[in-house]
Amino acid sequence: MFRRLHDNAATVTITIDGVTTKAAVGESVAAALLASGDPRCRQTPVSGAPRAPYCLMGVCFDCLMEIDGEASRQACMVTVREGMAVKRSPRPAPMTP
Amino acid sequence: MSDLDIIVLGGGLVGSAIGYGLQRRSLKIAVLDEGDVALRASRGNFGLVWVQSKGQGFPPYADWARHSADVWPGFAAELEERTGHKIDYSKRGGFSLCMSEKEFDDRALMIKRMHNQQGPKGYDVVMMDRAEVQRMMPAIGPEVVGGSYCPHDGHVSPLRLLRALHAALGDAYHNEHRVSAIRTRQGGFEVVAGEDTFAAGRIVLAAGLGNLALAQMLGAELPIRPQRGQILVTERLPAFLDYPMNGVRQTAEGSVMLGSSREEVGFDNGTKPDVLSTIARNAVRAFPILARARIVRAWGALRVLAPDEHPIYQSLPGHDGAVVATCHSGVSLAGAHALDFAGYLAEGKLPDRFAAFHSRRFDVQATA
Amino acid sequence: MTETVDLAVIGAGPAGMAAATLAAEHGLDVVVYDDNAEPGGQIYRAVETVARDRAKDFAFLGESYRAGAELTRAFRASRARYEPGTTVWLVQKDRTIGISRDGKARMVAAKRILIATGALERPVPIPGWTLPGVMSVGAAQSVLKSAALAPKQPVVLAGKGPLLFLVAAQYVAAGVKIAAILETGARKWDALPHLWQAWSKTNYIGKGLELIRAIERAGVTVVRNAVSDLKAIGRERVEAVTFSADGSPGRIETALLLLHEGVISNVQLTMAIPVKHAWNATQRCWQPVLDARGNTDVDGIAVAGDSGGIAGAEAAAHMGRIAALDALRAFGRIDGPTFAAMIVVEEVAQKRLLAARPFLDALYPPPDTAAAIADDTIVCRCEEVTAGDIRKAVDLGCTGPNQTKSFTRAGMGPCQGRMCGLTVAEIIAAKLNRPMEEIGYYRIRPPIKPLTVGELAALE
Repeated sequence: MFRRLHDNAATVTITIDGVTTKAAVGESVAAALLASGDPRCRQTPVSGAPRAPYCLMGVCFDCLMEIDGEASRQACMVTVREGMAVKRSPRPAPMTP
Repeated sequence: MSDLDIIVLGGGLVGSAIGYGLQRRSLKIAVLDEGDVALRASRGNFGLVWVQSKGQGFPPYADWARHSADVWPGFAAELEERTGHKIDYSKRGGFSLCMSEKEFDDRALMIKRMHNQQGPKGYDVVMMDRAEVQRMMPAIGPEVVGGSYCPHDGHVSPLRLLRALHAALGDAYHNEHRVSAIRTRQGGFEVVAGEDTFAAGRIVLAAGLGNLALAQMLGAELPIRPQRGQILVTERLPAFLDYPMNGVRQTAEGSVMLGSSREEVGFDNGTKPDVLSTIARNAVRAFPILARARIVRAWGALRVLAPDEHPIYQSLPGHDGAVVATCHSGVSLAGAHALDFAGYLAEGKLPDRFAAFHSRRFDVQATA
Repeated sequence: MTETVDLAVIGAGPAGMAAATLAAEHGLDVVVYDDNAEPGGQIYRAVETVARDRAKDFAFLGESYRAGAELTRAFRASRARYEPGTTVWLVQKDRTIGISRDGKARMVAAKRILIATGALERPVPIPGWTLPGVMSVGAAQSVLKSAALAPKQPVVLAGKGPLLFLVAAQYVAAGVKIAAILETGARKWDALPHLWQAWSKTNYIGKGLELIRAIERAGVTVVRNAVSDLKAIGRERVEAVTFSADGSPGRIETALLLLHEGVISNVQLTMAIPVKHAWNATQRCWQPVLDARGNTDVDGIAVAGDSGGIAGAEAAAHMGRIAALDALRAFGRIDGPTFAAMIVVEEVAQKRLLAARPFLDALYPPPDTAAAIADDTIVCRCEEVTAGDIRKAVDLGCTGPNQTKSFTRAGMGPCQGRMCGLTVAEIIAAKLNRPMEEIGYYRIRPPIKPLTVGELAALE
């Protein structure tokens, strides 16, 4: 969906759902996700529909992901770091009535 | 407007449940509500349909709460069936957790007293040790030493309940009709609300703390006061908790409600960070995995409390046709309000045993 | 013990940076909280990084963006303490502030507070706007600035407003392919009477025309004839956008649809305190009621920049300095004559910039189209509540957003109503045929940003 205008930026290595990905130093996890080719970040709790980052300014909370073991972090507000493990958030297991 | 049988003043859970019950008995009614911004304990409460802690030292309330819990499943099923609105009621029993040996012993003593008080009517609450509690709720923290379990307890979405009741009421529900005057007239009452005047043979004051002002319109003072409870709710989490308890319950949506403080701060329904922090701390002690959950909302809501915290049901002095229904437990008692209390109103007489709920009980205490 | 500061500034955009720089220069103990990693706010996002690592990007990002580098430089050089990556989740009327940084929450007591939380984009609830591949124009610009990311395939921009054309022009300058620009709404002749004032006092019009000329020179298709009925089409992600233009249907295949309908004041924090707000019928959003120096009705709490009313980055900086001067005078850090001399400079500059506002507001009137949102369109993205759900709640007797929220769960998700609050209220207003002032807004309560139960539990 997005491409990098510069291919000479300094990079770090992160994993998204276990897949190794290069990310530019200083960019947000959401930016790295958009550049990775698959922008999906989570499934909604209500219908399980896929979502991708929408506002990239901390407002919409659509880019919630698990980052280094911590759930529901706003990927657009977290800067990538070498070795960071990012996971897409699955739909939470529903309550049994 | 042609005369109604009964006007219900208040469109929260108490008023709406009573209104629903009256309508279900084919009475001509109107339910008058205040508007989008009201104190609205119905919107702020915790959602427990509760038995185990109710009516200590006051058997009439213990019986009434238990009766309501008994009729709740039928009430819920019928309401859902009539309206098509799910209310997420579940009755698997509920807990009260004990975080120390002392708390456990105190709780056990209280439960024993309740057993003695309720006698053959059956109270059915049991104390469980840590291992038993853990079998039913594996997520408990290391500090939990045990708890009491009551099979009659349950929980519901209070918001969905209110929505279903309003749906059932249909055109009888009048929002933005804050009552500005109540006048007596031959054979009944006229109620001025919003730009309309309603007339009926009888009225029910069911407006929570709003009952203070409504009773004054008829020259009566009610001994009720606000008590603030603050509540936190988390984001939707994967299901981990099958049972509700005082202070923690996972809703049908997966979010977890955490509560609740008891503060005497008048009509201030705001939140305070130190109180919220204490609630959070207690929740994490009970269920450590909650530490990582994100809080998405917090609010304060005002309980409607009589001095002994039990309900008040009575006619106002000099106005037999003006009945007060005021209580803290609009959720727990919704079943009994709809199915039983509405019946008493339809018949025009509260049962004799309801004399115990009259506010004159406080005069007796004062002179005793 | 709770930390105490003279002036706490919330937000490190143009208003916050300018205010903090000036206040610190005159000896106030100033702290600036901002949840981003770098100063600049949205408008000057990552301007330091661009200046340091890829200054050639200024060629397409433009001169007005580069101007932010000077503001951030002065801010960095000042003695204002800057706390990036810090979330403000509570402000009380007694000026106690709850912050969270690195997973730790704590309280700070401020003698004065300046709220400069900027603007956010007006939500654009169209069918399919929750699909991956649909984003806001501001979001796309944000990654263009901060990460030099641009659309891979030809992109469609839809909506209206200065930001939309700015981003289109930046894409053109960066060599990014634009499939089409779909301009919603009819051209507004009501804007004309305001044109002379805007033209004569500011350079906004000239800049705007330049952008549009550049876009047209690049051969970009601009569909100008009253585009409506936008729909994002796709199953797992967007595949196409459909619309009608002058009543004729249109369809463009695209993997990326960017939406924009202007910006609104970010009032989440001021609503949560709460300070007094009023409905701005021209900008169609709620805004705090402020005096000429940005003071709210709560003692010691002021607002500057777009969070107090949409006026743009340059005006925001002036407004920040006006609020800072007011604080300096209150603390006795500057004398009366100095204050008078300094504030007049800011006020004149600000008035000149505001002269363009009536024209821009009239040229790009915010959409008043809530009645036209189809019943099955999601309006609350978090809880997936549709316009039809809101209307059903109104049928049940709801007359405002609060009862509607409790009946539908709209506004109960993690964004706390930021993305649906206006739309929900507008749908109610349209259905009841009442003015927005009467409908009101969600009651916003702290924490206004989610913090963990553990963090709150550990609060001292």
